[in-house]
Amino acid sequence: MSNKIPPIEVHDLTVAYRKKPVLWDIDFDVPEGKLIAVVGPNGAGKSTLIKTIMGLIDPVSGKILVYGKPVDRERPRIAYVPQRESVDWDFPISVYELVLMGRYSHLKLFHRPGSNDRRIATEALEKVGMSAYANRQISQLSGGQQQRVFLARALAQQADIYLMDEPLAGVDAATEATIFELLRVLRDEGKTVLVVHHDLQTVSGNFDWVMLLNLRLVSFGPVEEVFTAENLQKAYGGRLNILTQVVELAREKSFVRESGHE
Amino acid sequence: MITSTFWILLTGSLAAASCALVGSFLVLRKQSMMGDAISHAVLPGIAIAFLLTSSRNTFPMLLGAGAFGLITVYFTEFLHKRGRLLHDTSMGIVFTSLFAFGVILISLYAAQVDLDQECVLYGEIAYIPWDLWIWNGLNMGPRPVWILGLVLVLNLAFVGFFYKELKVYAFSPEYAASLGIPVGLVHYGLMGSVSFSTIASFESVGAILVVALLIVPPATAYLLTEKLKPMLILAMATGVLSAVSGYYLALFLNASIAGSIAVMTGVFFLGAYLFSPSDGVLTRRYRKTDALPEPDEFAVL
Repeated sequence: MSNKIPPIEVHDLTVAYRKKPVLWDIDFDVPEGKLIAVVGPNGAGKSTLIKTIMGLIDPVSGKILVYGKPVDRERPRIAYVPQRESVDWDFPISVYELVLMGRYSHLKLFHRPGSNDRRIATEALEKVGMSAYANRQISQLSGGQQQRVFLARALAQQADIYLMDEPLAGVDAATEATIFELLRVLRDEGKTVLVVHHDLQTVSGNFDWVMLLNLRLVSFGPVEEVFTAENLQKAYGGRLNILTQVVELAREKSFVRESGHE
Repeated sequence: MITSTFWILLTGSLAAASCALVGSFLVLRKQSMMGDAISHAVLPGIAIAFLLTSSRNTFPMLLGAGAFGLITVYFTEFLHKRGRLLHDTSMGIVFTSLFAFGVILISLYAAQVDLDQECVLYGEIAYIPWDLWIWNGLNMGPRPVWILGLVLVLNLAFVGFFYKELKVYAFSPEYAASLGIPVGLVHYGLMGSVSFSTIASFESVGAILVVALLIVPPATAYLLTEKLKPMLILAMATGVLSAVSGYYLALFLNASIAGSIAVMTGVFFLGAYLFSPSDGVLTRRYRKTDALPEPDEFAVL
């Protein structure tokens, strides 16, 4: 696609919660086909940013465009993966029914999911390795399985942009590897993937770009240029010392890993 | 008196089925008490409709109650968002104020209108066979049966047409909004249906016991199944069973019919709580493979 319009444009965005700013004067364009980590300390506004892009929170000021249009006109093309804790896992539906919800953005009012939607949902479950659980009630899933099912639901939407809120929170190492692999596959298919991420150690080597956020946009660019101790200090403030060490360690690790692959 | 028994049972069953259907979504949305709030807050709507038309005509009453039901939902959300109050606090403020306003209206004008507080609060299902709808000189049967039948059809249509929207909205309003589902419309549609069901059931079981029909049968069904459609059907079935068995319990005890129906919803709930095939307290105890309590039960201890 030689589409020059960026998948997401955010201009002069300010979001406040009870008159206290949560995001301040944010301005950026998201490049197409990149796997992007959004990092920052607790309360930096990472989830708020994603929710505001999805139109779930009204900003105080600013403009957000998805493929050059307001998000409401491009809903089927943008998939949202909420935080795992945001829903009631005792809700009476099966894993398969939950994944099928991803198709709803393509269905008009009064329309039921058809055989094509069912096939796509089944394939999405296969992709995350959860086919065996299709008929289980969702309360029977472990934390990692819940994340996989949420991912399958987003895959079923067949969107072009994926906004994910901590899809790697509370998962074991095996699930983490599976999810990273899935994210890479999405990226290789040309999709744009924005991931709110809490683990600084896994940024290098797994993501193409990184956004450092703390109320303001500290830095946004390719990981090798932007993911520096200096920028992390700006984003995380006082807890610098530990963080510098984390970055050093992470870099060493990813260096070892990358050279190991070659 | 076979026919009058039939009408009473039919009225109770229709009310129970209507309430259970929309109440299921309240329970799943964790807004059970919204049913309580709406069932009280519609009182001024009924009183005003009474005063304006000076008759017990049901349609103005339905409109008045529907309007006040939605006002309750709107003000509750307004206070919650703008007044920085917790959701249940703002609900408590709104519905008690509206209910009190209704009580004052009724007590002020009670002399002019044929409406007493006892009837509004407790209902009188036993008089329903004599509340006839005469149309063009024809006896069409009890009026409440028609109204409740209409409300049940409306509720079934609402849930049927908006099933996928209601399902994803009840699971997560935020995710539903991200898909482009008109969450506000679904929310107010559901609350409107709750208001209509409440007011239509009013005459039979009263404002207080209607809450039992809205919440207890869905809660019972929730314990018995892990799928949404069976839950809706079971909720309606439990509601109808409670209405029928409640009527005979009342005959046996020579007690209030509405009270007995509410007691029966509780009895069925207790049964599900103890004997549910998946989560029943006793079922679990006597199943060797599943002897350990759930982790969240540790938290209670």
